[in-house]
This record gives sequence, C-alpha cells and structure tokens, in this order.
Amino acid sequence: MLGAAGLALLRIRNLFAVVMLAGIYSLLSAGLFTVMDAVDVAFTEAAVGAGISTVLFLAALALAGHHENKPGHTPLLPMLVVVITGAALVYGTMDMPGFGDPDNPVHHHVADHYLEESPHEIGIPNVVTAVLASYRGYDTMGETTVVFAAAVGVMLLLAGGVRSRGRAGRQAGEEGDG
Amino acid sequence: MREEIVVRVGAKVLTPFIIMFALYVHFHGDYSPGGGFQAGVILAAAFALLALVYGLEAVQRVLPPWFAQMCAGLGVLIYAGVGVVTVLLGHNYLGYGALAHDPEHGQHYGIMAVELGVLVTVFGVMVTVFYLFAGRGTMKP
Repeated sequence: MLGAAGLALLRIRNLFAVVMLAGIYSLLSAGLFTVMDAVDVAFTEAAVGAGISTVLFLAALALAGHHENKPGHTPLLPMLVVVITGAALVYGTMDMPGFGDPDNPVHHHVADHYLEESPHEIGIPNVVTAVLASYRGYDTMGETTVVFAAAVGVMLLLAGGVRSRGRAGRQAGEEGDG
Repeated sequence: MREEIVVRVGAKVLTPFIIMFALYVHFHGDYSPGGGFQAGVILAAAFALLALVYGLEAVQRVLPPWFAQMCAGLGVLIYAGVGVVTVLLGHNYLGYGALAHDPEHGQHYGIMAVELGVLVTVFGVMVTVFYLFAGRGTMKP
C-alpha cells in the first residue's frame, strides 16, 4: 500500500489529490512504525506528517493553484541520477548486519546501559523519553534550537513580503522537523 | 466552510478535547509514547483546525501572532534555563538530579521542564509557520 500510494503520488498532476495522498502515505508509514514497535516515532509521524504538514501544504496550495505543470525537460537524466544513487545505497546496505539481529553492534554500545539502568537512574518507564530528555538532553536542546531557527528562517522569507507588498516572493520554506 | 454548521459545531466541540489530549501526551510522556514535541504539534493542530473553519482573523484574536513567535523563543529559553538552574545548584549543565533531594525525582522534574520547553517552542513554531502560510495570500476559509 505504501508503494501504491508512492507511485500514485508521482503520477497524479492534481496537487490537491497529491497532498491528500501524501497525508495517507504518512499515516501508512505511521502504521508501519507501529508494527515495528517504534510507537514514539509513529506518533510523531502521524501528528507531523499526516496532520500539520497536510494543513501547511493545503495553505500553500491556496496560494499556488491546484494543477502541476508538465515538466519541460525529459526525465532521462534525473532518472539516471536516481538509479545510480539508489544502486549505490542498495550496495551500501550489503555490509549492514541483519535486521533485528541481537548481536548487532548498535545493541551493544550504550543501549544495554540505557535499557538496564534507566529504571534506577531516571525512574521513568518510557525509555525513549529517558534517553531523549535526560541521557541525550544536549541533543534535544540542539533540536529545539533547530526548530526555532527553522521558524526564524520561514519568518524571514515569508513575513518580509507582508511589509513590502509590491514584490511578492514565491512561497518557500519547509516545516522544521527535529 | 463558514456556512457548514456540522463542521463549525464539530470543530468547536473537538477543540477542547484536542488541547486536553495534547496536555495528556505531554504530562504522560514518561509512561507512554509521546512527549513535548508531539504535544506541541497536537496543540498547534487544534488552532490550525479552528483557523481552517472559523477563519484566520478569529483565531488570531485569541492567539495573536506575536504571542506564537514569543512562544517559539520562550521554549528554547525554558530548556536552556533548566540547564542554568542545575548549574547554579551545583550540578552539571542539565544534570536534573539537582532539582530534588532524591535524584530520581529530580530527573522527573527536569524531564518535565525541558519537555515543556520543547512543547512551547514546537507549538509556537508550528502556529507561526501556519499563520505565515495561511495569512499570506487569498486563503478564504
């Protein structure tokens, strides 16, 4: 279903349908994350990807119109680049350890410590929150700052046009996703 | 959408529950999936829903853009401020053990406080971005 939604996203030229499909795609990925037991990630994906992003895209659509023009160039060169990059990425995964293998290095660096000690050291049941806010507190502070910086960037790009209405810039900016 | 009575009443009824759910996600983040980031997004979604149904002006009377922008900066300050407080109490930067006699309780308070910072920032940022997009052109609700 994810693949079908992705392919439809590529083919459809009506942007309204594309936005809705992107929301569905996000919701399906959230379901996939849930199946893989990553509920925190799934929650974020559902709230940000399927919720707020869709609304922002709709707001952008109201500015940009509902139809996507046909591209003026042939898709051969981009296709070539994408295929080569994809092949390189697939080649890169050959050396990766098997998915879910308990002997993987990632499970033996600090993860053991987090899983075994966090009930005593932090005292909260949700290990994800413990890692996010306590063990990796500096990282999360950086992320918060990044989100703030993203908002400042969008404000500089979009709010500047309100004052000088003459030269209406193109809408730009992506939502900041920590 | 101004004339659709089902949508208008539905949005009005749902909004308090969405806000309550956001707060639940934040304060229950220790025990279940969720936390400041998700809570901030959900909180912003409540206001986005109102803006879509009732129009941007109506929502901006309740939540003016300057307030949302202030929130975006305030959250970072809360987060960094918790770190400064722990330093002043004689621990490492963001060493939450300083916040209570029992280090575990200190961790609880610290995590809640920094997650509150994340919530405030994410909420402010999302609302600000939404206002900028929606208020820019001819978006008729």
